[in-house]
Amino acid sequence: MLSTIFTADFFAAILRATTPILFATLAAAIAAKSGIINMALEGMMLFAALFGVIFSSLTQSWAGGLLITMALGGLLGLILAFFVLNLKTDEILAAIAINLVATGGTVLLMLAFSGDRGTSISIQSVPAPKLDIPFLQDVPVLGSLLCGHNVMTYLALIAVVVVHIFLYKTPLGLKIRAVGENKNAAESVGISSRRIQYIALILSGILVAMGGFFMSGGYMSMFTKDMAAGRGYIALAASSMGANTPIGGFLVAVLFGIAQAFANVMQLSTIPYELIQMVPYLTTLIGLGIYSYSRMKKRQKAGGK
Amino acid sequence: MEKQIVLQMLNIMKIYSNGVVANEDVTLELEKGEIHALLGENGAGKSTLMKVLFGIETPDQGKILLNGQEVHIKSPQEAISKGIGMVHQHFMLVPSLTVAENIILGVEPRKGKVFIDFNKAVDEAKKIAETYNFDIDVTAKVEDIPVGIKQKVEILKALYRGADILILDEPTAVLTPQETAELFVQLKKLRGNGHTIIFISHKLDEIKEICDRATIMRNGRSMGTYRVSEISTDDMSRLMVGREVAHSFEKEAAKCGDVVMRVRDLTVYNSQGVLKVDGLSFDLRGGEILGIAGVEGNGQSELIDTLNGINKKYKGTIRIKDADIQRMSIKDVRNLKVAHIPEDRMVSGCAGTLSILENLFSNQYDRPEYSGKMLLKRKAIEKRSNELIEEYKVKCRSNKQAVGMLSGGNIQKVIVAREFSSAPDIIIANQPTRGIDVGATEFIRQRLLEFRNAGCAVILVSADLNEIFALSDRLAVMYKGKFSGVFTDVSAVTEEELGRYMLGLEHAEKLEGAIYE
Amino acid sequence: MNSMRKFEVLRTVMAILIALLISFVVIFFVSEDPFNAIKWLLTGPLTSKRNFFNVVEAMIPLIFTGTGVCIMFAANQINLASEGAFHLGGLVAAVVALKMTLPAGVSPVVGIFLAACAGALFTAIPAIMKIKTSADELVSSLMINYLALYFSTFIMKYFLMDPAIGSASYPIPEASTLPTLISRTRVHPGIIVALAVAVLGYVFLYKTRIGYQLRLTGENQKFAEYSGISIVSVILISQLLGGFIAGMGGGIELLSPIYDRFSWTSLLGYGWDAIIICTLAKKNPLYTPLSAFFLAYLRTGASIMARYSDVSLEIVQIIQGVIILFIVAQQFLSRYKHKMIAQEAKSALKDEEVA
Repeated sequence: MLSTIFTADFFAAILRATTPILFATLAAAIAAKSGIINMALEGMMLFAALFGVIFSSLTQSWAGGLLITMALGGLLGLILAFFVLNLKTDEILAAIAINLVATGGTVLLMLAFSGDRGTSISIQSVPAPKLDIPFLQDVPVLGSLLCGHNVMTYLALIAVVVVHIFLYKTPLGLKIRAVGENKNAAESVGISSRRIQYIALILSGILVAMGGFFMSGGYMSMFTKDMAAGRGYIALAASSMGANTPIGGFLVAVLFGIAQAFANVMQLSTIPYELIQMVPYLTTLIGLGIYSYSRMKKRQKAGGK
Repeated sequence: MEKQIVLQMLNIMKIYSNGVVANEDVTLELEKGEIHALLGENGAGKSTLMKVLFGIETPDQGKILLNGQEVHIKSPQEAISKGIGMVHQHFMLVPSLTVAENIILGVEPRKGKVFIDFNKAVDEAKKIAETYNFDIDVTAKVEDIPVGIKQKVEILKALYRGADILILDEPTAVLTPQETAELFVQLKKLRGNGHTIIFISHKLDEIKEICDRATIMRNGRSMGTYRVSEISTDDMSRLMVGREVAHSFEKEAAKCGDVVMRVRDLTVYNSQGVLKVDGLSFDLRGGEILGIAGVEGNGQSELIDTLNGINKKYKGTIRIKDADIQRMSIKDVRNLKVAHIPEDRMVSGCAGTLSILENLFSNQYDRPEYSGKMLLKRKAIEKRSNELIEEYKVKCRSNKQAVGMLSGGNIQKVIVAREFSSAPDIIIANQPTRGIDVGATEFIRQRLLEFRNAGCAVILVSADLNEIFALSDRLAVMYKGKFSGVFTDVSAVTEEELGRYMLGLEHAEKLEGAIYE
Repeated sequence: MNSMRKFEVLRTVMAILIALLISFVVIFFVSEDPFNAIKWLLTGPLTSKRNFFNVVEAMIPLIFTGTGVCIMFAANQINLASEGAFHLGGLVAAVVALKMTLPAGVSPVVGIFLAACAGALFTAIPAIMKIKTSADELVSSLMINYLALYFSTFIMKYFLMDPAIGSASYPIPEASTLPTLISRTRVHPGIIVALAVAVLGYVFLYKTRIGYQLRLTGENQKFAEYSGISIVSVILISQLLGGFIAGMGGGIELLSPIYDRFSWTSLLGYGWDAIIICTLAKKNPLYTPLSAFFLAYLRTGASIMARYSDVSLEIVQIIQGVIILFIVAQQFLSRYKHKMIAQEAKSALKDEEVA
């Protein structure tokens, strides 16, 4: 088994498992920085996975499908924002509602488009391609490690840097952090916290939509019912473990990716598949426990002296 | 020469969603380049009026004219763009950002089109600070700077945004006298530059010192606008509270009993690791009121939370009736017949969404009168709650009404009724009358005296010096976590003297009277 | 106060109407014969005795998880693990039924009791994590639901599986199955237990000492702490009890005439439904049967509609989602509410002036 682990394939498997979580984690981080827990990531991702299949098929282009999916993801973020910010709906309950609508709505939509209620196999979608980087791919070891991954994987890695710069170097990022940390302070200088949170949630929707797109157009090449499988929730945990920073979230998402890739490798062993499926969730749970515990101790230390 | 009117707020009415009428037909006019006091007790409606002006609240009636033109201010953003700036009582700063970042927040200088130009931000912040002679390190993080500086940052923030009209909401409440004096110099300079300042306060001497005119509010209504030079402090206070302020109570001599609380070398750090109580030792006897005065933030809150058993992380010993409370739960401490009126009534004093009845029994629901092994005794609770509502004159529709719907004074009465009805031997009262109406204040003070006369020990922390002077049998002043002075003869202390101790200008070399031995 | 209650009722009704309206719009889009579909959706459950009692059957699990969530949410413990607790409850009941030989009357009782205990232990995991590590119970409970699912599938496949079927356990023996109460329906004694649980849940929250502690903590934890209530015990008790009830519901559901084997290979969603029930019932267990009836009616209607028209069952999840959105939207109709309150305040002012 060890021999299967230290290979380029295994590295690719990690990146593949990390990609959707990473997008969702960044989405969770932006929302959290603005002061909102976006638990609707799960439903948004599910919607996006279906939209990706539908629109890449309609446009016959993965890029076209991706752009429309991102736009619709932003729209979902906007809807969540409307309920949470305008109608003052509890953000957790609003998220639960959106997730419910997603579970039912995706099946209805798929039925309407494909006539099948389990998978979208009959829809001719265009998945995102794998990317080979000229020259680099000829370099030994590095080439096989760094090349040939899905375009969305590269986009996810770029997104980490972009979101980091966005949050810490741009005026809007500063405003998002200010609103999340002290809403009243931001309001007092005329920043409309509502507008900022709207923007944060729309961006969050766009990012998680990219993750959803990858689920059905990269991770797999079709949509299946409930295919988000808790990734939106895992992203919440990952983001909070990463102190809601893009870099921290990235590290935790990779950890999750490793757990998932391990699980995939172990499928070949004699360990029951159901137990293997538990690994990523168990890893996240234990990680969350350890992180929270160390943070609690740190706080107590600061207070205790 | 007729002065130019810059702002008129006409017949403003504001009713909150819980039915409280905060402003009722209030009119306010500002002349250009004046410092205009908005005077009134807590809850008189000053803050609400200013929130309306600053676009935080929408009025239910009335209009606002700026330079003679009617304006509708729907958000702070609009207020700022119209040249109105506000310095809030609770600082509106983002702690993890630097002073410069806080100042430029919302109007950031840019590098290219996309990025913040952090260097330019620092330069501009420095420039504005120099323009107004504010001595501030703009690269420091806000969480690391003292209160006085934070306030300057707040004022700079408003000025940086081009404020002509500056609202200052109780700016001196958290300042030392030196800082206050410095602030006044700055404000006079600003007035000289043509800025108009609304100065919210209930401190008459300060108003006398720097304000040109004053609008006095009481109970959500305006009691008129006066030239400060033409009205006496007595008249101002009469308009503010409705009658002459009672400076002293009829008080019989204290009949001190046994020592019920012994505190030795108490040291407490707050959650940020800052030393808040520094080796404090004192005793408390039954039948006396120990007043603790001090500028807010000198460790009073931490001291009180530790005495009540809420904070468990401390060094030193606290013995209540000879029992060490180190390992005791809050419940255990309460079982020693300790009652506690908390500082912030909405945070830890009540559950606003629950009924009056449910709020009246949180400390005694498990007593045999009110509860069996499992079930609560509904009838007994019902009966007792109605008795308490009557006894404490809580104005409400029924005991089922949610506490959060009541006025501040009535909420406080519910809390006091609950704490006092537990038949305490020790009462720890932290700001028991803050922000409530005169009637409720008088009532609560009278009750405290009655308990003291009946042999109960009372610790009274209050920012209201009148209250401290009127009630205390013994008086301690807290400064930076220590007692800077302890006075056993309260009548011999003057306000000025107390002030010097509060501000740390004077220290008792050797503390006498804190410990009975 | 009265006007406030009236307002709450009005808002709930409006939310339901809007949700139905939206679903009609969806139906108009997807259906060839929308009026037929809508007719079945709204009146389907009333068309036969069997259909109507389908509603009653469907209510039972909803009342259980709904009451469990009411108790946890009343203490402001946002534990979403009732989903997993229900699932595990079903598994444990199946294990007891298949692996323990007990007399006919005793077997289901033991099965259901152990199912409830399993549920309690399960929802206690986030509670204990919160107490010991301060990890947020919301996030941890989301994770452990998946653990419950895969663990149950594992046990079923390796220890209970009927090779003749492949993805389900051996049939539950007669001795462990709950009887039917009404002939030619599948209504079982679970409904009586469920109603009892709802009433007991109400008594617990509103009439007992511990219930009072829970609610006080739920509304304002700092205040509860200051009053001397042990927050740790509230966190633990509320979540143990919530899981106990959810697990009991899972056990009863599995042993009911509705299932003849343990065949749950995906989460059934009763934990999420419970949140809708709790929201509709305003965290008062006494109202959970009513809310459960409403939801069950809607579902039964939808499944009848799915049978007799071209609209599929999933529409119901959209309706549910929209209902929650509007019911918990505080600002929904708030202008009306503010007007109502301002009116009252103004007239009160006038009264004072007259007097």
